[in-house]
Amino acid sequence: MSETAALLARGTEKPSRPAFLSRLRNGDEAAHLITLIFAAAILLIAVLLVLELFRTSVEARHKFGWAFLLTSKWDPVAGQFGALPFIYGTVVTSAVALLISVPLGLGAAIFLSELAPPRVSDALTFIIELLAAVPSVIYGLLAVFALVPLLRDPIQPFLQRYLGFLPLFQGPSYGVGFLAAGLILAIMVVPFIISISRESLLAVPNEQREAALAVGATRWESTWQVVVPYARLGIIGSVFLALARALGETMAVTMVIGNTPQIVTSLFATGYTIPAVIANEFTEATGDLHLSALIELGLVLFLLTIIINGFARLMVLATTRRGSTNP
Amino acid sequence: MTLHRWRNFINAVMFGLTAACALAVVCVLFWILGFLLWNGGKSLNWAFFTQLPKPPGEMGGGMANAILGSAQIVCIASLMGIPIGFLGGIYLAEFGMGTFPFLVRYTADLLNGVPSIVMGLFAYAIVVRPMHQFSALAGGVALSVILIPTTIRTTEQFLRAVPQTLREGALALGANKWKAIATVVVPAAVRGVATGMILGIARIAGESAPLLFTSFGNQYWSRSLGQPTASLPVMIFTYAISPYDDWHREAWAAGLVLLAVMLLLNISARLVLSPGAPRN
Repeated sequence: MSETAALLARGTEKPSRPAFLSRLRNGDEAAHLITLIFAAAILLIAVLLVLELFRTSVEARHKFGWAFLLTSKWDPVAGQFGALPFIYGTVVTSAVALLISVPLGLGAAIFLSELAPPRVSDALTFIIELLAAVPSVIYGLLAVFALVPLLRDPIQPFLQRYLGFLPLFQGPSYGVGFLAAGLILAIMVVPFIISISRESLLAVPNEQREAALAVGATRWESTWQVVVPYARLGIIGSVFLALARALGETMAVTMVIGNTPQIVTSLFATGYTIPAVIANEFTEATGDLHLSALIELGLVLFLLTIIINGFARLMVLATTRRGSTNP
Repeated sequence: MTLHRWRNFINAVMFGLTAACALAVVCVLFWILGFLLWNGGKSLNWAFFTQLPKPPGEMGGGMANAILGSAQIVCIASLMGIPIGFLGGIYLAEFGMGTFPFLVRYTADLLNGVPSIVMGLFAYAIVVRPMHQFSALAGGVALSVILIPTTIRTTEQFLRAVPQTLREGALALGANKWKAIATVVVPAAVRGVATGMILGIARIAGESAPLLFTSFGNQYWSRSLGQPTASLPVMIFTYAISPYDDWHREAWAAGLVLLAVMLLLNISARLVLSPGAPRN
């Protein structure tokens, strides 16, 4: 009892100045403070980023208001800026990319986590991670010189002959356009889907698989009806991360989209996306209004990817955490 | 066919399909490699590394200025980004409990997903506008903003992987916390941390979108860091979309060089420096 009292008394004593100085000289507080400042730098960058984008796009935001997002006339000479064709192009190319890359990526992730022997799985995962490291301008180079000629000649006429009754596959085949951009995007985002989905699948506890097999399921039934649903949040998260990548991807898309701000149904047609128009017109902008309209497009893209990413991170966090608490 | 055999058949077909998916994705890498080696190998020569670009129509010429420019821009970005990311990572791993570190972590993850072209707009607003000029410096700022979030998170991840007992051992021997961090924890994680940094640098070295309107481009040597500066990825872009055949050949050569650097950095970082390390 008296000991406790003594401790309490000591606790209420004010730290004397020399003691504080010696603690500082020991360096722990100083180290804490210095590293904290550097960590806080990232918050500063984020805040500055948002502020600058808002500040520099003020002219376009005031002049057009919400109509900026809803009108489709983009005419720098007349000072008319409507972002709808770019938003449309960005959404369509990303949708094509996801339609192709999600089944492909999920299939590959299932193979890597459930079927392949560990050594094969590791080797293939390594290769797939190298793919994620290939710069996007190189994907663009391949898209221009390898993919576009292929699309122009055998693929698009083939699609038109057999699926031409759909409005998606009509019109002349230039090679460049929504389909080319969507395809190259699909190739670019597939590694992200695979590596995150594979991790979520690997985090599924083995008891789940064993229980399904024990009641007589085949291996595929256990995978598809038990393991995949268990990891579904992580898989959905990976799809959203891939979507955010696809929306913001610039170089490869700029090189094959065709640079025409128009809203048409056919995937063979040329179009335009938000990052592509920023990349093409920013250095040649005709005036301040044009610049601020382009920066407002950047702001739209930023907000879109932040929302999608925030959502995806929470989902991935939820699955990996659940996986790690049930080993 | 009995139900049992039908189910086994489905089992085999579906797993066969998943294997085909994996194979298809892996083939893409070899397709890229093959295409670049074939086309780039034909047009790569010594002049590429030593000479300035020539105007279209004239044979020869190289991209020496872009190679140097890329190196300069990446150096500036690393000098700014690596210390901030590294020290911030130490904070998150060693002092980071509670709401504020969570906020830092989440912000870093979100910034990591921001399209690189938006970072270019940011650097344009804070560097190019006040200086009234495109410059290597602005390009470096744009790339460092991309580098910081990855560095901070990988540093944290590898420091956290150091066993708690090592920290306790150092503290028990009478070291104070920062001494334990500086002499025990960081050295124990140094390979992983270095891997993360190299991968981050490799990533920004291949970026072109944020450089388009920050470091811009240049057909000559740039005289200072405050001048527009050529970079390899931007050169590939402008040359590839140009209508000239000899520029296309130069673009292939540059693509091959860039991809070789990228793969070399990635493979050496992952295999040599820290085999089996977690990825960023």
